[in-house]
Amino acid sequence: MALRHFGAAAALAVTVGFGASPAWAATEIQWWHAMTGANNDVIVKLANDFNAAQSDYKVIPTYKGNYADTMNAGIAAFRAGNAPHIMQVFEVGTATMMAATGAVKPVYKLMADAGEKFDPKIYLPAITGYYSTSKGEMLSFPFNSSSTVMWVNLDELKKANVDIPKTWPETFEAAKKLHANGHATCGFSGSWITWVNLEQLSAWHNVPLASKANGLDGFDTKLEFNGPLQVKHLENLVELQKDKTYDYAGRTNTGEGRFTSGECPIYLTSSAFFGNVKAQAKFNFTAVPMPYYPDVKGAPQNSIIGGASLWVMGGKPADEYKGVAKFLTFLSDTDRQVYIHKASGYLPITKAAYEKAKAEGFYKDQPYLETPLLELTNKEPTENSRGLRLGNMVQLRDVWSEEIEQALAGKKTAKQALDAAVERGNTMLRQFEKTAVK
Amino acid sequence: MQKQAIFQSKLLPYALVAPQLAIVLIFFYWPALQAVIQSFLLQDAFGLSTTFVWFDNYIELFRDPAYFESIVRTFFFSFAIAVSSLSFALLLAVMADKPLRGSMLYRTLLIWPYAVAPPVVGVLWIFMLHPSLGVLARYLRALGIDWNPLLDGDQAATLIILAAAWKQISYNFLFFLAGLQAIPKSVFEAAAIDGARPMRRFWTVTFPLLSPTIFFLLVVNIVYAFFDTFGIIDTMTRGGPGTSTVTLVYKVYSDGLLGGNLGSSAAQSAILMIMVIVLTGIQFRFVERKVTY
Repeated sequence: MALRHFGAAAALAVTVGFGASPAWAATEIQWWHAMTGANNDVIVKLANDFNAAQSDYKVIPTYKGNYADTMNAGIAAFRAGNAPHIMQVFEVGTATMMAATGAVKPVYKLMADAGEKFDPKIYLPAITGYYSTSKGEMLSFPFNSSSTVMWVNLDELKKANVDIPKTWPETFEAAKKLHANGHATCGFSGSWITWVNLEQLSAWHNVPLASKANGLDGFDTKLEFNGPLQVKHLENLVELQKDKTYDYAGRTNTGEGRFTSGECPIYLTSSAFFGNVKAQAKFNFTAVPMPYYPDVKGAPQNSIIGGASLWVMGGKPADEYKGVAKFLTFLSDTDRQVYIHKASGYLPITKAAYEKAKAEGFYKDQPYLETPLLELTNKEPTENSRGLRLGNMVQLRDVWSEEIEQALAGKKTAKQALDAAVERGNTMLRQFEKTAVK
Repeated sequence: MQKQAIFQSKLLPYALVAPQLAIVLIFFYWPALQAVIQSFLLQDAFGLSTTFVWFDNYIELFRDPAYFESIVRTFFFSFAIAVSSLSFALLLAVMADKPLRGSMLYRTLLIWPYAVAPPVVGVLWIFMLHPSLGVLARYLRALGIDWNPLLDGDQAATLIILAAAWKQISYNFLFFLAGLQAIPKSVFEAAAIDGARPMRRFWTVTFPLLSPTIFFLLVVNIVYAFFDTFGIIDTMTRGGPGTSTVTLVYKVYSDGLLGGNLGSSAAQSAILMIMVIVLTGIQFRFVERKVTY
């Protein structure tokens, strides 16, 4: 008897207790992300600021491992019926997310349904182009964007009496001089071999990587990166690899330490490498635009982005979507974008934020932070430089890397390697096309 | 004839094994069955569209010459990992079995690596042998060896075998040590009195008496090399350079988890499962005959 009374009293107390607290009333919004270190702090601050600014919704950020882990966790959660509201997905996962009609809620639709003010024109087109349909409908919300830049060790270049190169031939010359001048194991190198030397190279020279506007116009796309430009570029790398004037540094960014340690004085990788360079490099450095081949007409074009965007998952109630939409509006705010840009080194996503950072003189001290923006906005994007949308991109990149490695190891010619990469990639794209939801 | 009924009730024995059976069914057979079903399907990563495709996933695999290469490679890797970790562990166990001062310390230290997770093993070896980060790599280069596993497939394969074997040594060591200590000392003494020298004593007395342990470890090591090495491969080489370190289990992992191609990945696991069943069968049928219990 007594026990039963106690139970009822406890239940009552709990109801009253939670009923009175505003935390109970707030609709929770789950946000899964892959940011660590300083960038994780940025995410937590954004969520806290949003939660403090209003009381209807509560954004809860959760770190879910690296990009691939976060995406796999999200997919697994969706299959189990409890996906998060917002999921940070790296740019190479875009096609996979987009193909999953019903699993995601497109951002343009979300904003319209929630009646939230939303003008896609305020965002930088070079960034939103990647995440929009060919009709300009924004599918996901850009969050952290970066691009490929060339990091340069100014001290070593000065020592070897080399100017900062602008074109690829100049880069090769500079690397040879550096190689002869104490950099025997690495004149220049780079990370993300396929991103830098196939994907960005093609966009930067306005050459297609794949048909159908690099896949943006449909999943029935075919790879086309075995053209003369890409073959010539790979041939150059193979030639320079022989005496380590160029030295391959792996498929991902594990080789980036070779720049900060001073081993490689010229290094092509993401602009998001900034944080590490600033923290570790004991020399003067800068980041300049990617080199180009001057004999290609119209080069350089514009670069494409890397990084990640926020996808809104499908199948949630309308009032929760309202909170998600409010949160995206909150993130679009100019001051907030300037804050994200400064704190993380990632690009601002709105035009107003870029202008504001410029007006504040932010790039005077750190001109290299403007480099990726200048590359992205260098020219009006074309079919070949708007972005990429290929299914199974993570694995595609591994297959392409495999073939490039064969060429660099001297087991295949550059042409054979790229032909094989195209052929094997196309098989995977057809497979993806079959499984994509119609 | 008298029935040997220890259990009075007919149901009780079933009830007693039921929990174990349930666990085996739920955690082993049910997922295995699901994998087999999945291997006949074509499905997107989110599980939104599913098509039944009969044996397409299998046919696709056997059309791919790279798949056969990876089968051959896997057998080579497994053999190399099993042989090197077993022989090295045996050597260490024989040495640690001797009455030494501080032998407990040695034993503890030798068992440690087993507690390390495979990806951590990968990272550890990368710090030693990565061409630009590695401490040992620097010495190798100073010696004039062109150490570059990022582009040299044979070196990358060596690296994987070394790391995978290293991790398994502790486990093998533990069993070998226990096996050695179970051999009665009197047998050795008798052999010594007969005039057998240490090497001869090892090959004619210790080795045959250890054969059950060796056989057991051989099976365990091959299963380990087949199934448990993808974490090491993923952190160290991601299958590269080229495809020179893509083994069957790494392919299952990369196609299924990285590529979202669940059908093909499931078909590969089914094939892998059959292979290990056959392999274990062969071991028990032919190798076990040489074992004296």
